[in-house]
Amino acid sequence: MTPESLTLAVLTIITASTPLVFAAVGEIVVEKSGVLNLGVEGMMIMGAIAAFAVGVTTGSSALAILFGAFAGLTMAFIFGVLTLNLLANQVATGLALTLFGLGLSALIGHSFVGKTFPGLPKLDIPIISEIPVIGPLVFGLDILVYMSIASVFFVGWFLNKTRWGLLVRAVGENHSAAHAIGHPVVFVRMMAIIFGGAMAGLGGAYLSLAYTPLWVEDMTAGRGWIALALVVFASWRPGRAFLGAYLFGGVTIIQLHAQGFGFAVAPQFMSMIPYLATIVVLVIISRDADRSRLNAPACLGMTFRSSD
Amino acid sequence: MAIKLEPRGEIAKGMIYGSPLVAVAATLVSGLVLFAILGVNPVEALFTFFISPISTLDGWAELFVKATPLVLISVGLSFGFQANVWNIGAEGQLTIGALAGGGLALLFFEVQSIFLLPAMMIAGVLGGMAWAAIPAYLKTKYNTNEILTSLMLVYVGLLVLSYLIHGPWKAPDSLNFPESRLFHGSATLPIFVSETRLHIGWLVAIAVVLTGWILIARHIIGFQVKVVGMAPMAARFAGFSEKKVIWMTLMISGGAAGLAGMIEVSGPIGQIVPVISPGYGFTAIIVAFLGRLHPLGVLFASMLMALTYLGGDAAQIDMSLPNAVTGVFQGMLLFYLLAADVLVKYRIRVVSKEPVILKTEAVE
Repeated sequence: MTPESLTLAVLTIITASTPLVFAAVGEIVVEKSGVLNLGVEGMMIMGAIAAFAVGVTTGSSALAILFGAFAGLTMAFIFGVLTLNLLANQVATGLALTLFGLGLSALIGHSFVGKTFPGLPKLDIPIISEIPVIGPLVFGLDILVYMSIASVFFVGWFLNKTRWGLLVRAVGENHSAAHAIGHPVVFVRMMAIIFGGAMAGLGGAYLSLAYTPLWVEDMTAGRGWIALALVVFASWRPGRAFLGAYLFGGVTIIQLHAQGFGFAVAPQFMSMIPYLATIVVLVIISRDADRSRLNAPACLGMTFRSSD
Repeated sequence: MAIKLEPRGEIAKGMIYGSPLVAVAATLVSGLVLFAILGVNPVEALFTFFISPISTLDGWAELFVKATPLVLISVGLSFGFQANVWNIGAEGQLTIGALAGGGLALLFFEVQSIFLLPAMMIAGVLGGMAWAAIPAYLKTKYNTNEILTSLMLVYVGLLVLSYLIHGPWKAPDSLNFPESRLFHGSATLPIFVSETRLHIGWLVAIAVVLTGWILIARHIIGFQVKVVGMAPMAARFAGFSEKKVIWMTLMISGGAAGLAGMIEVSGPIGQIVPVISPGYGFTAIIVAFLGRLHPLGVLFASMLMALTYLGGDAAQIDMSLPNAVTGVFQGMLLFYLLAADVLVKYRIRVVSKEPVILKTEAVE
């Protein structure tokens, strides 16, 4: 393998992994606060279409990214109102969010089929970005990739080192106790939910702005669900979610390149690999029931109603 | 002033059945707004969407044709949802059921026999069950989340379909279209209202509704399912095996979805094509909730949901609206239903934030 083709392979892995990093890291914060939002797929696809529509219409990458995040955030807010204020079942509401998102994105995207977006501008530092291998891989990426990496560090720091992060975790471990000592459980959870939504929206935006810069119905193709699996895989730790996302990105890319290496397998079987890998990973992680319970936030998925 | 939810002493029976109606009404109102945003006459659009498809006998026949798979799948899902077993991979189980049943039709392509259809039905059920057995096994053996595994298997199932239809099962005379051969007479479901597409699959669906009703209301299976869902601890004390309930509910829902798939390919489609279902497996989740997880409720909810499919087609043909409107309506309906359901368990009180003078009350 030449350095050029190696660089290219790693670049494609980065683009395949970045949406998963965003969505999984966002969902970690949501789940740490004790909320299970299964609507990641729906928030992602809304982020994808919103970013693409704004990007194509205005030509501005910054606005596109902003609206992608905002679309995910809005979807998450609906989820928050239903589950936190109206005490709806989180599993059912998450599913509703996904179904609604897939439908609405298809409706909005109807008039954007066939259009293309030039892609996100890449960081371009004279001389440094031209260094072979390291140049393009470290200094030649687009802003969303850098943001996704920064978000991993930010969320890790936030959850473990800040007062607000501690509060999020406290609410997720025991909402009654947190409420009893006067913490605003519903408010904290709402903030976590909309943060998760914005992150899923960014993941979706990356799909339609950079990964395949065009709009295709259902283009998330289960990535939101894979991100949910990654959260379990990562034991709710952002760093591990990052590694998991890159592992999956790698798997996706191997599948794309396998035929190039002369594997005579039908493309459909290669396309199954990410989904089968997700199942295998889930089995490995969850087979030890005690350990998976230890890592999961104790109040995950439970509805909270204040008694006063 | 603040709005506060106050728990009702007991579940409001009226609201259980009232909240779906509230949800439908809210969806219709939102539909008016949505159509206005899309720049079409909202009243005309609603008429095209919800009334015109069922203004003829043929329209009603089509409604039942579309409702058939929804009824079958959501009756099955109702069992699992009551027990907190979340099989959301019915779309995959439907696909594998269609391949198992349809595969049999292709295998016995030379054979005309009255036993072929029943055999295909059994194959369809077994196919769906086999696909649902994977999440059931992983859940009971390795404690793996069935939501994620069943959903991942949807994508795998669709890829299996794509492989077969582009490769070994492609009809020899189909040029380059990825389609199987057309099923012959004894492998297709008989029509029972002439001049329409209404096939006997609808009668099968009704039979499944009645069976499901008996199982859930009168049989020990239904009782176990409900106890495991509502009071897992009590179920454990009563000696009900949680694993057994997981297996049972996944087999019921998988089998029903598989049967739905087989009925689709041997009924309205008549061959195996790349897209067997327009998302029936996912829509059935909404149907199950809208029908209150009760087979009879599911029957009515399925017809309403089938109408959104017909309405989407009609809106596309008559008003050139994208038929994705269907998905939006379906999603909105579930949102409103979940929101309205708060009224089943709680009543809404407007309370003042002013300090209140405590009154002495007798302690009960």
